[in-house]
Order: sequence, then structure tokens, then C-alpha cells
Amino acid sequence: MKTLILNMLAKSIAALQDRVSKLDRQKLIRNIMLPLSAFFIFLLLWDGAASHIDTSLGKLPGPVQVWQQATNLVAEHERERDKESAFYLRQEKRNAIKLEADPDAEVKIRPYTGKPTFFDQILTSLGTVFAGFMLGIIIAIPVGIVTGLNQSVYRAINPIVQILKPVSPLAWLPIVTMVVSAVYVSDAPFFAKSFVTSAFTVMLCCLWPTLINTAVGVSSVNKDLINVSKVLRLGWFTHVWKIVLPSSVPMIFTGLRLSLSIGWMVLIAAEMLAQNPGLGKFVWDEFQNGSSNSLGRIMVAVFAIGIIGFALDWMMLMLQKKVSWDKTAVLR
Amino acid sequence: MSKDHLSIDHVSMEFPLPAGGAFKALDSVNIKIKKGEFVSLIGHSGCGKSTVLNIVAGLYQASAGGVILDGLEVNEPAPDRAVVFQNHSLLPWLTAYQNVELAVKQVFKKQKSKAETREWIEHNLRLVHMDHAMNKRPDELSGGMKQRVGIARALAMQPKVLLMDEPFGALDALTRAHMQDSLMEIQAELKNTVIMITHDVDEAVLLSDRIVMMTNGPAATIGEVLEIDLARPRERVTMADTPEYNHYRAQVLKFLYERQRNPEARHAGGSSDIGKKPQAEAGATQADAATHAENQAAA
Ligand SMILES: Nc1ncnc2c1ncn2[C@@H]1O[C@H](COP(=O)(O)OP(=O)(O)OP(=O)(O)O)[C@@H](O)[C@H]1O
Ligand SMILES: [Mg+2]
Repeated sequence: MKTLILNMLAKSIAALQDRVSKLDRQKLIRNIMLPLSAFFIFLLLWDGAASHIDTSLGKLPGPVQVWQQATNLVAEHERERDKESAFYLRQEKRNAIKLEADPDAEVKIRPYTGKPTFFDQILTSLGTVFAGFMLGIIIAIPVGIVTGLNQSVYRAINPIVQILKPVSPLAWLPIVTMVVSAVYVSDAPFFAKSFVTSAFTVMLCCLWPTLINTAVGVSSVNKDLINVSKVLRLGWFTHVWKIVLPSSVPMIFTGLRLSLSIGWMVLIAAEMLAQNPGLGKFVWDEFQNGSSNSLGRIMVAVFAIGIIGFALDWMMLMLQKKVSWDKTAVLR
Repeated sequence: MSKDHLSIDHVSMEFPLPAGGAFKALDSVNIKIKKGEFVSLIGHSGCGKSTVLNIVAGLYQASAGGVILDGLEVNEPAPDRAVVFQNHSLLPWLTAYQNVELAVKQVFKKQKSKAETREWIEHNLRLVHMDHAMNKRPDELSGGMKQRVGIARALAMQPKVLLMDEPFGALDALTRAHMQDSLMEIQAELKNTVIMITHDVDEAVLLSDRIVMMTNGPAATIGEVLEIDLARPRERVTMADTPEYNHYRAQVLKFLYERQRNPEARHAGGSSDIGKKPQAEAGATQADAATHAENQAAA
């Protein structure tokens, strides 16, 4: 895993160098030097401000302390992984001895139940946001299409959407929690309850931008193209598939990107409030823990949240570039 | 049953106004068209030419009167009345070939085999001299080329009537002349029944068997009908010297500039081209659509 990541990193750095050599000086300054120096100034300001702020947990950590905590978190993660493999190794050894003595002996491997590390929490959060987002768009895109195509449906649905859209995830959470515990009962649940609660909360909040943007995109298809469809007497499905969807792709993607970034924000808040596993819980636990390292560790989490949010948006953009027919459009 | 192929029978059109009441755009428009006839509609901007065409296409419903094609009343759009729109209306995400293919597959459903379909699409693109750029998308084509593909798409439907709403209005004069020659060539071969809207007097005289001149709106109707009795094939250059051609041309000009003064009186002088406005209009509606979309997004 680690070598893979290192390999990828090396490759992307090589690609970057390749590109840099192609750029002229001006572009180099504009595209790399400018953001870099802005980042440097940001670090300086942060460091300066942090050293003047005393909290009950000591001084507000500056960039250096945060970097230390980041390396600590990586080290902790590796230690935990070592412990885990050692744990399984021990079990395997014990089982092997047992089987040697008695080939019919029943052997089982108990799962490792260590404390989830920072990186485990990141994976949990990513899985949850993905699930909630997928659920959301599976509902939002079809409903958006129908709403955009049909004025009556639009009039009927619009007030509900407008009222539900601004509701904060924190208000949804208690309801979702109660409903999930009431409805989602099974002896051996395939998904953890906390996962279902978080995913549904994310879904409820990231439905709306996709729904609204899809509806607007669908309803603003060029009139001439609609006339072409009418003259050809395209069936409903062909009409949607060949004419409506391609021309609303840009709007749909605008909605999807909004939805995903809202979903990511909502998820962290939901995890914090509901104590559901994920990055939000990590932040909350550190806050409760209140050691001298806590603030630094929370700041690492803040950066991780930001970078992941940025990466998610970038992924959507790449997807849009791939799906969109208009390769010349400027996407940002 | 009448022997007319297409009959636009006392068609009137009223558009309901948002403030209540109605705007009477057309009053009892009456045109009979024979099979294979090429008819031009000419008139000042806003008189109702597009409205007539849209009613024939079935995109609008006449508020009185009706359209009869081969003895059957027209009341919805169908591929037997193919439309060539002013701004090409090609699907920008499909290539020229795919744009024609969409129409062919829809119109001939299962009647044509795969090979026949392909051959038919290519045949129609060849007809408009676009076979060399079949695999280009509209944004890679010039305005004239796009319009050619639009015509190929319409022809590929094998319509009973070909409806063209200022097909060359957005093109420069040279390209337009090329397109007119192409259209005459195609027409000589296929002998389609055509209704074409134009702002260009030369275009109307050169292409048409009959020119229908419309009075100014509101409540526009047919002012005069001019039979163009010029032998085909018509050569634009030699034609310009013949007295018959100039006579027809003068008659249309007289109608437009003396009997029906341009309501906006902006195009006085001898220009035979009064088609500058539609482009400005198209721009305005686009801007309107954009603000409309913004409003909706903001709501
Ligand atoms: N959908 C509509 N609703 C209300 N009024 C309309 C509508 N369509 C056209 N009109 C009105 O009907 C009249 C005729 O319009 P039309 O588009 O047929 O004119 P036109 O002769 O095609 O003009 P141009 O040469 O500029 O294209 C105009 O006054 C226009 O405002
Ligand atoms: Mg018009």
C-alpha cells in the first residue's frame, strides 16, 4: 500500500516536472509561485497568531506542532496495524498447534477490535459520504428530470423542496436516528446502524442541489431542439436520453458538485453530534480528551477534511470532463 | 377531395396575452400548394411567417381554420413535414452523421437494414455535399455546413412537405448563394414540396415557383401571390440580366416597400435584403433565456 502511494507520488511529481519544463516563466510564476507564496504567508500569519493565543489546553498549535501531530497520527496508525497483524499471527499459530494435536478441532479467528485510527476514521467517513451521496442522487436526478419536464409536477413539488432545502443536518439527525432505530431492526445487520443514520442524514441534505439543478437544466433545454424532437416524434425515453439529458449535463454536474460538498460538510457535523464513527467522531473525541496534543490533532483533522473535500470536488470535475460532450467548456 | 397536395385553409391565429385578451397574429391565411411546388413566404419581420410555418408543422394549433395534407387534417408535428430551422438546430453532442441517423432511425424504425440505414444517411449527406465531414460535430462546422446538415436531416426523413424557416438567414451572402444553388440542384432531383420563408427578394425569385407575400401584422394575411414563370434550371448570373427576372423582383420590392411599408421603416433604400433583424432578435431571446435560467436558479 505504502509503496503504491509512493510510486504514485513519484509519478505525479515526474509528470509535474514534465509540465513545468513546458511552461514558460510567466506561467510558472502565475501557476506555482503565486499560490506557493500565498500559502507561505498564510503559514507565517498562522504561526504568528497562534503563538499569542493561550487556551486551556496550552498554546494554540502552529504549523510545526500540527505537522508533528500529523506524523504522530501516521505512526500511531502503523503501530496499530502492526498490533493487528501480530494479533492475527498469534491466533493462526495457536490454531495450527491445535490442529496438529487434533485435526478435527474447531478453530476460529476472532476479529481484531482495536481502536480505529485517524486513517480508519477517514475511510469510514469516505464510505459513508459516498453511500449517502449515491442514495441522494439516485433519487434526485430522476425526480429532477420529471420535475423539469412537467410544469404541474414542478408546481406541486416546488414548495416542499423550498421548505426542506434549508433545513440544517443537525435538525434532521435526531429524527433520522429515531426512525432508523425503529425501522432498521435486524439481528445481524449488514450495515451498522450508525452508518445508516449518517448516510441518510447526508442523503437528506445533498438531495436538493442536484434535484433543483437537474430540474432547471431539464426545463431550459433549447426550444428548437425540443421542436426537433417533436417533429421526429421521439418517444418519451428517447427524448430524455438523446436530447434532454445531454443538454442538461452541465447543470446536473453543477448540482452534483454542490451536493457532494454539502454532503461532506454535513457528514462531519453528523458524526460529531451522533458520535458515529468517522472523522467527526475523531474531532469530538480529541476535544473531549483534552490533552495538550488534542488541538494539534484536531487541526490535522481540519486540514484532512479540507483536502478531502477539495479532492472530491476535483474528482467530480474530472468525471464531468469525461461525461460532457462539450470538451471546450471551461470547467472550474 | 381536392387535388391540392397541401391546403392551408383560412388559418387564423390568436395568441393569448399574459394580461388577458388575445393578439391576433394571422387572419384567414389561405394557400393551396400542389405536389412538387416550391413556395416562398415573404413579408416584413414580425408579420407572422414563422407562425404560418409552425402551424403547418403542427407545432402550433391554428385558432381557426386548418391545414390539410393529402386529405388529412394536420394537428400535431410529424416527420412527414420536416422542418429546417433558421439556426440549424443540430444536436451539438452528435456528429453530422449521428444527427441524421437519429432522424433516419426514428422515421424508418425497422424498415431499413443496418446497411441500408447507413447507405441512406450517407446518401443524404452526399446530396448536400457534406459526406467529407460526416464525423465532425456541429461546433467543428461552419454556419453553412451546419445548415447543410440540417437540410440533409430533413431530406432524410423523406417528408411530404419540406418546411424551411429562413434557412439561410444567418449566413453571409456568398455562402447563401452557394446554398441556394445546392438547394436548386437538390430540388431539380427530388422535386419536393417546399415552403420556404425568406427575407431575401432575390432568393425568393430565384428559387420559387410561387411567392406568397404577406401583409403586415397584426392580423396579417396574404397580400399578393406572384407566379414565377422562369424556366429551370435557373442561372443566377444570366438570370440577373433578363427582363422577366427583374420584373418579378421589382414586383416583390414594390409590394414590400410601397404597399406594405416596413413597420419600423428602417430598411428604406434599394436593399433587397431586409433580413438583418432576425439575428439581433435571436441574440435577444438568448439573453432572455439566460436571465430566465438565472432567475430560476436563484428562486
Ligand atoms: N408564442 C407566441 N406568443 C405570443 N405571440 C407570438 C408568439 N409567436 C409569435 N407571436 C407574435 O406573432 C407575430 C408574428 O410572429 P412570427 O414569429 O410569426 O413573425 P415572423 O414573420 O416570423 O417574423 P420574423 O421575420 O422576424 O421571423 C409577432 O407579432 C409575434 O410577436
Ligand atoms: Mg420568423
